Amino acid sequence: MNLAEGVQFVSFGILAATTIAAALGVVLLENIVYSAFLLGGVFISIAGMYLLLNADFVAAAQVLVYVGAINVLILFAIMLVNKTEVFQPMKNAWFRKGATALVCVGLFALLATMVRSTSWAVLDSVAPIESTAIRLGEHFFSDFLLPFELASVLLLISMIGAIVLARREFVPEETDAQREVVFRLPERPREPVGAIGESSSASENS
Amino acid sequence: MELQLQYYLLLAAALFCIGIYGLITSRNAIRVLMSIELLLNAVNLNLMAFSNYLDEAAKGQVFSVFVITIAAAEAAVGLAIVLAIYRNRDTIDMERFNLLKW
Repeated sequence: MNLAEGVQFVSFGILAATTIAAALGVVLLENIVYSAFLLGGVFISIAGMYLLLNADFVAAAQVLVYVGAINVLILFAIMLVNKTEVFQPMKNAWFRKGATALVCVGLFALLATMVRSTSWAVLDSVAPIESTAIRLGEHFFSDFLLPFELASVLLLISMIGAIVLARREFVPEETDAQREVVFRLPERPREPVGAIGESSSASENS
Repeated sequence: MELQLQYYLLLAAALFCIGIYGLITSRNAIRVLMSIELLLNAVNLNLMAFSNYLDEAAKGQVFSVFVITIAAAEAAVGLAIVLAIYRNRDTIDMERFNLLKW
């Protein structure tokens, strides 16, 4: 093992451990704000994985879109739904969790045996692509042009849909009395300027 | 001792299983959305690993860029739906979102 492979292996180990630990924290921690920040940790370590896989453009996109947009969006949603709610305990909650954990461990065992027993047709010489951004641009504008345009339309649709869904439909009607109350600033009643001058001069004289 | 495709696939499988566990067991609606993001990331990791080890044309990276796009749209609409339900029902407990149950 030369130096480059050793560095790759160690960094893969660190990133994998961080990913799994942070993902477990996202799922298992009680406080949801901690979960949201740990989710950012998962995204960043997966971006590191992409760098190990010779994909710099997608790593940058992962950091920009996931950490910069989706994670911040989730934090905003947590702040908007600011409710410390004590969930009512359910019957047989332990049974549900146990059964789910069993199914998940079984699924992982199935996938692991499949991964280990399949003989993957790995290319002999893994030559990293020189410039992934140029390669991705060629793909986007030649053979993936229709999905690319559809994705842009989908983004527009989802933006409009999110605005329509999250907008407050009910605008409370206000009466004239309320409007007067609203527009009055809470401050001391004004005194005429001359009165203030007289009172101050009177106090100075006395 | 070189980095192999199997390691990435095993890591993605573990991440996927953690995501499914969180998706099913969590009662906070926002945590359910976070679990969906974990699932999408696991699939993305699979796509990138296959793209690096099995394909010279980098099509897996194109797919993962599309998945990232869809994930952004899904997060926006999902959080808007959670917000609308929270305004209607005044709760974010998944067990009490039973409007369609009869």
